[in-house]
Amino acid sequence: MTAKLSTRAFLGIGLLVVLLVAGVASYYASAHPDGLEYVAERTGFLDSAEDSPTSDSPLADYQTRGVGDERASVAVAGVVGVGVMALVSTGLFWLIRRRGPNASDGA
Amino acid sequence: MHVPDGFLDAPTSVATGVVAAAGVALALRGARRELDDRAAPMAGLVATFVFAAQMINFPVGAGTSGHLMGGALAAVLVGPWSAVLCLTVVLLVQALLMADGGITALGTNITLIGIVTVAVGWLVFVGLRAVLPKRAAVVAPAAAVGALLSVPVAATVFTLLFSVGGTAPVDLATVLTAMLAWHTVIGVGEAVVTGLVVASVIAVRPDLVHGARPLLQHRELEIRTAVA
Repeated sequence: MTAKLSTRAFLGIGLLVVLLVAGVASYYASAHPDGLEYVAERTGFLDSAEDSPTSDSPLADYQTRGVGDERASVAVAGVVGVGVMALVSTGLFWLIRRRGPNASDGA
Repeated sequence: MHVPDGFLDAPTSVATGVVAAAGVALALRGARRELDDRAAPMAGLVATFVFAAQMINFPVGAGTSGHLMGGALAAVLVGPWSAVLCLTVVLLVQALLMADGGITALGTNITLIGIVTVAVGWLVFVGLRAVLPKRAAVVAPAAAVGALLSVPVAATVFTLLFSVGGTAPVDLATVLTAMLAWHTVIGVGEAVVTGLVVASVIAVRPDLVHGARPLLQHRELEIRTAVA
């Protein structure tokens, strides 16, 4: 059970997996309504849903506006989303992390 | 289970917004204890993974699908407070960039997907970890059980919110039954994905799994005692 993978390698492989999930596997996701949407439709409250104010976003519904090819459209949306997620979340966690006595940067 | 705008009325949305804001504020304080120089990038990776995994809807039969919520997964990997923040960032990016989940419904979605699934997943996990043998091998199955239960509980909380602030006059018993039935099936998918991902990380870097740390420390202490 000794650690064979450096933290850097682990994070790199992890990011690669994430990019493959969002950029490649996402094309094969089921297009069926999710559980809540399905129940809402069956029990009769789906019509109360309103369009999101961001529904004109260039990446709305995980499709990239202006990219005709369906596979590329979802791939671009997924990869851009992953980029934004990685920057925002890692930035946030880095900012609020506990600075140990060994942490050299005082930022 | 991303709730769109319109399902819940304004007072209910404001109330869930207050709950979400309070939860995130507490999480910002609590996460500091969980995050150090090594855990912070890990938490970023987990949040990004949850975003990607939520793009993968898997069919659960009868023309319905589900996807990972990731609350239990994130809680076991990086700790419950950081997990609330992971899911909050996911839901913000989804709502603002992808129009996935409403804007007035953000508080509802953070409450359901960001707080309820994390709380249920983590508490079930910690409960199981306390009674199971003190070995790293129990972490993935315990995480899977937490994940399994987190989904129907979140579905139940949605139905409760809907009973208070639903905008459409529908029979609540029917909604609850349907929500519970479908989300129990989706919970099985949640359990499978959570179990596999946690087991994979345990296999290569158990020390990076927040929920596994007490078990690893236990083992280290035994070795030190034996040496001394």
